[in-house]
Amino acid sequence: MIFALVILPLLAGLAAFALPSSAMRRSLLVGTALAHAALAATCWKWTPAPALGGWLALDAAGLLFLSITSGLFLVVSFYVIGYLGQEANRRATDMEEGFLFDNAPEAVFIGCLLLFLAAMTLVTVSQHFGLIWVAIEATTLASAPLIYFHRHHRSLEATWKYLLICSVGIALALLANFFLGVAATQANNGIFPMVLSELVTHAQALQMPWLKVACLLFFVGYGTKMGLAPLHTWLPDAHSEAPSAVSALLSGAVLNCAFLGLIRVQQVCVAAGLGDFGRDVWLALGLVSVVVGAVFILGQTDYKRLLAYSSVEHMGLLALGVGLGGAGAFGAMLHAVNHSLAKVMLFLLSGNILARYQTKNITQVRGLLKVAPVTGLLWIVGFLAITGTPPFGLFLSKFIILKAAFDTGHVWIAIIVLAFLAVIFIGMTTAFFAMAQGEPGKQTAGLPSRSPLDKEPVSPPTPAGLRRGSLRPRFASDEDWWQIAPPALLGLLVLWLGLAVPGKLSDVLHQIAATLGGTP
Amino acid sequence: MLTTNFILVLVVLTNLKLLGSSRLGASIRVVAAQGVVLGFLPILAHWHELSLHFALLAAGTIAIKGIVFPWFLFRAVREAEVIREIEPYVGYVASLVLGVLALGVSFWMCMRLPMPENIASPWLAPVALFSIFAGLFLIVSRKRAVNQVLGFLVLENGIYTFGVGVAARTPLLVEVGVLLDVFVAVFVMGITIFHINREFDHIDVDRLSALKD
Repeated sequence: MIFALVILPLLAGLAAFALPSSAMRRSLLVGTALAHAALAATCWKWTPAPALGGWLALDAAGLLFLSITSGLFLVVSFYVIGYLGQEANRRATDMEEGFLFDNAPEAVFIGCLLLFLAAMTLVTVSQHFGLIWVAIEATTLASAPLIYFHRHHRSLEATWKYLLICSVGIALALLANFFLGVAATQANNGIFPMVLSELVTHAQALQMPWLKVACLLFFVGYGTKMGLAPLHTWLPDAHSEAPSAVSALLSGAVLNCAFLGLIRVQQVCVAAGLGDFGRDVWLALGLVSVVVGAVFILGQTDYKRLLAYSSVEHMGLLALGVGLGGAGAFGAMLHAVNHSLAKVMLFLLSGNILARYQTKNITQVRGLLKVAPVTGLLWIVGFLAITGTPPFGLFLSKFIILKAAFDTGHVWIAIIVLAFLAVIFIGMTTAFFAMAQGEPGKQTAGLPSRSPLDKEPVSPPTPAGLRRGSLRPRFASDEDWWQIAPPALLGLLVLWLGLAVPGKLSDVLHQIAATLGGTP
Repeated sequence: MLTTNFILVLVVLTNLKLLGSSRLGASIRVVAAQGVVLGFLPILAHWHELSLHFALLAAGTIAIKGIVFPWFLFRAVREAEVIREIEPYVGYVASLVLGVLALGVSFWMCMRLPMPENIASPWLAPVALFSIFAGLFLIVSRKRAVNQVLGFLVLENGIYTFGVGVAARTPLLVEVGVLLDVFVAVFVMGITIFHINREFDHIDVDRLSALKD
């Protein structure tokens, strides 16, 4: 069962490279996503048996993040099908600088997407720290070609930064693994297996100085991948240059995988009596992330970068929740679910906006509600959800985290976070409402005139895109189902989680929170 | 003990050579030599408890770090024609001085950690740490993409030194996974370097194709 979860997307990914026709590849993508989601769903009913001598097993935390990953991948795969249908002509004109570029071959794109899913699944089901490391590094490598889908110099720069920064970060996490190995060496030269349950059982016998250093290195390593400030520098670039569906998966799934890696570390720390030490690091990184996110959201001119910095902020909130422990950890787990749903919804919508306006600049997008009514409406709904307005799920989870901060005596942290959340709310309101309202087409007046070269794109404009040589968006409400249905579904889910948290989900969240320490 | 120390001294010297070297070709050869030297470390550090595990690890390391990586990087460099003097952010003399300082700091830091009793040489941990510092420094102080990959390899070599020497009892599956990940990482980085060069050499030629009906 666990093997099937990992091997299914792995084989499908390899097959996608070899398949001859794009129709077959696309049905393979959706078929695999459906099968994977179905397998993940059955795991809620029947807990799968551990495999490989306990190295692969599904505990509460694994189940939660597996479900997030699998569900989001399914939703995104439908969007990708529509997106690839639109991007089928491989040559396109760059929207910012007007040069021509190619897209990566579709086989590479779909193949890497499926391998990416396999790597993320492996992260969620691994119990052995070495295997978790291998899987997290594999997610980086499988997603790098995805970021470089549009082959031009900006996406190349983003890909290079992503590869190098994440690889170096994760290399330090490998060192952390070896330190953990030394910490697990006993006086009589035996060693505890580096499986989570074994380390938790024998936590008191671990060598504390080595465990502490390992813990710090893990924070640097996986924190880089999770996008915790000040290690987040790759994140805005990669998110703004990748195709929107890939940005959605990066924000909604990959950051969570790294978060899960750090949760495993915290579980060992708590068992070893270093819970407070770990929690202080979480709190510090979380606070810095919220502040950095707020500072860069304010006055941001690129709406995809704005969403990326919002991810930094929300990762900060997750870290704060775990750092507070107890009810805060419960809130953090709920927040991870909510944030993934809302952020994927927004990134998919940003893809719709990008296809229609051909610009990522906030000031050049006006009148979204008139140009694309459904996308515009969902954009506002997504904004309300991500800023934690009631009755959406993020309101509930943010409230739990902040309440935990007050209850545990971290009043100053709560006040600082509240202040910066207000700043973020103002920054995002300005951007989102300016984009949704106003007169469409007005923005063309302020644009610099383009060279004649740019006015004749070789490829015909995409159906939902621009008319030849004109920056005026089309006024018909010709939004395709694949552009609207996936984000609308995610919006409904966030709303549902705000109104009622299902009992089964609540149980799982409580189980995870119980392993993260702190006063319940 | 003696041979292990000999290897470690070679690692320190290759790191210093890299910090002070301006030639790209020479740098790739030095990193390859370091990879081969480190390939013998699992055998020498565990001479008394030699097993198939360590032999396989040594063979895999030598093959990938000593042969595949240099071949691949030389290809990337040749296709890109970037065999030129490199102009780093930090000069070579300054790099060397900082390198020696980092060596001192590494020894000082490792004196403060309780080492496991049966490691092959007390120099293992400090030298590993020095390689890690040198690798990180090379990544941030060099401009060319190939040099940054070399820095990443030195960093990885440092972590490997630590893993093989100090935390030896890693399961084979994990070792293979790590080696595979590093291999794919360098592979993907190499491909990205191909693209970087193509992008920045041919960007103007690409633009010319816009003038057609």
